Amino acid sequence: MKNLSSSSKKARADYFTYAGVTIAFIVITLLRNAGSLNRSQQGLLVPICCYIVMAVSLNLTVGILGELSLGHAGFMSVGAFSGITAAMSLANIIPSTALRLAIAMVVGAVCAAIVGFLVGIPVLRLRGDYLAIVTLAFGEILKELITCLIVGYDSNGLHVIFNVNGSKTASDLNLLEGGRIIIKGAQGATGTQTIASFTAGFILIMITLLIVQNLVRSRTGRAIMAIRDNRIAAESVGINITKYKMIAFVTSAALAGAAGALFGLNYSNLTAAKFDFNTSILVLVFVVLGGLGNIWGSIIATVVLYILPEALRGFATYRMLIYAIVLILVMLTTNSPQMKLLLQKLLPKRKEEEING
Amino acid sequence: MAKKFEKGKMVPVPSTAIIPERDIDKTPILECRHLGIDFGGLRAVDDFNLIIGRTEIAGLIGPNGAGKTTVFNLLTKVYQPTRGTILLDGFDTAGKSTEQINQMGIARTFQNIRLFNNLTVEENVKVGLHNQEPYSALTGVLRLPKYWRQEKASHERALELLSIFNMQDLANTPAGSLPYGAQRRLEIVRALATNPSLLLLDEPAAGMNPSETAELMENIVKIRDTFQIAIMLIEHDMRLVMGICEGICVLNFGRVIAKGTAEEIQANPTVIEAYLGKKKEG
Ligand SMILES: Nc1ncnc2c1ncn2[C@@H]1O[C@H](COP(=O)(O)OP(=O)(O)O)[C@@H](O)[C@H]1O
Ligand SMILES: [Mg+2]
Repeated sequence: MKNLSSSSKKARADYFTYAGVTIAFIVITLLRNAGSLNRSQQGLLVPICCYIVMAVSLNLTVGILGELSLGHAGFMSVGAFSGITAAMSLANIIPSTALRLAIAMVVGAVCAAIVGFLVGIPVLRLRGDYLAIVTLAFGEILKELITCLIVGYDSNGLHVIFNVNGSKTASDLNLLEGGRIIIKGAQGATGTQTIASFTAGFILIMITLLIVQNLVRSRTGRAIMAIRDNRIAAESVGINITKYKMIAFVTSAALAGAAGALFGLNYSNLTAAKFDFNTSILVLVFVVLGGLGNIWGSIIATVVLYILPEALRGFATYRMLIYAIVLILVMLTTNSPQMKLLLQKLLPKRKEEEING
Repeated sequence: MAKKFEKGKMVPVPSTAIIPERDIDKTPILECRHLGIDFGGLRAVDDFNLIIGRTEIAGLIGPNGAGKTTVFNLLTKVYQPTRGTILLDGFDTAGKSTEQINQMGIARTFQNIRLFNNLTVEENVKVGLHNQEPYSALTGVLRLPKYWRQEKASHERALELLSIFNMQDLANTPAGSLPYGAQRRLEIVRALATNPSLLLLDEPAAGMNPSETAELMENIVKIRDTFQIAIMLIEHDMRLVMGICEGICVLNFGRVIAKGTAEEIQANPTVIEAYLGKKKEG
């Protein structure tokens, strides 16, 4: 069974991830039921779940496909606002909040996937730094576009105004009696029913892990990693580069969209400005510190880096400093062959540790 | 105005093409006509004509910078030719992409090894099997029965292919940490996994010691015999080229200066002057 050892080791690492997340979920739920978590700690639970999904999905683009994307928060915002719109407009039709939340996450994922596909068409033709710069721009453009949206809902259905020159207000929606405004341009979504739950966050993480890990261990994942390791060689063995880049990019966007929907439904007020460049970088920091291509690492890094600044309020001041340092490191590692070599030497070791530990 | 021709006398057209006698009744696997490419002002390859038989082992030799690798890049559409036609098994390959060319039946290795370094040896071969054991991304994510079936089949096939070079035991080693010779062999296995009808090997013996080279020679012949495919190789090791190549084509400054069997090439004064002679001095 010598030949199976490596693949079974990898499969074992996958199961460890599922088990680790499940145990964490059970422990936290028990603590919460026992009343050991204070209000602010409880408030962190859903956002942490969202950021874990963001980090794992970004890892698919950055670590597994090997393309530096700086606009991941853009997909999150598409998911957030489409998810909020779906959940709010279905409020009267579907009373079950759990079902509505699930539908909102699916809508968020589908909308983000569509945007991901459209963005992917031009972006995936570019390579390396160019791709990074253009995804950055797309993230910002998406944010600005959503800032222009005015959305309301009444018995006639959904009303959408695209307020490009800033001359329109929510009253231009001409909502009927009993209608409600869902998104108010730059003010964002206001008066959202907060139906997000920690359990939903846990389920979303598990689904994300299942999708990403199973994808990586399949023919599709091998094709994606082959493109990362050597594009010309991948082409020479008959792999359709555009198709597999697109699969990775769209899957990543869809998962970010679902996370966005959950995130959006966790706050009664939410503006598009929340999903700016800094958020994209924050998630990238989680991915890079957790290790490119290392799913378990992304989860740990997200939890640690998300809790730390909240726990040590003063530490938040240094977050920008850490960004800067990490960004410089990222640039060094992506551009210098020595660093790449070093990283290659370090990575297999880390995988071993992860399996043993 | 249409010009009228009279019915004329037919004459045989001189052709320098040679292919093995056993392949004579079959369509040649590869036919290049007036193939050429310019890089800026440089005519890297010009008026390249070649025919390769279905089960031939062909050699492409010439000094460094002659344009040998460029010919491979033209055949696999890494570069689009500036001039000329490439027929693969009788089909014109104009407008095809590298990926489509592979699916049409050309697989290759690279002079500067290009493996998927972070994947294991087995995974590298499985990437080569990409179009042989297909299933959709969704089947993979949901792990439907077809996923398990195809994965099992590609696992077995990968080990079978690795056994050509006795590399089964290395299946779980990361490709990037293999010794040089093993990396070259893995590239051949990966190329073979795509089920080609023409295998292009770019300096397969480079960096190998004499015993490894001798073994490689045997294996190239074995591969041709087992898979019944054509192989074209670029190589500087003349013992290998003269030992196993049936038809040899010599390139110098992007142009073919000689074509023929090993004996003919070794006796050709132009070749000795341009390539073989120099080699002995150095
Ligand atoms: N992409 C390219 N751009 C410009 N010149 C090239 C390119 N590829 C190859 N050449 C040139 O074409 C010539 C033939 O190169 P090559 O085919 O690699 O030679 P070799 O016979 O040693 O394999 C060389 O002069 C090389 O510099
Ligand atoms: Mg060369």
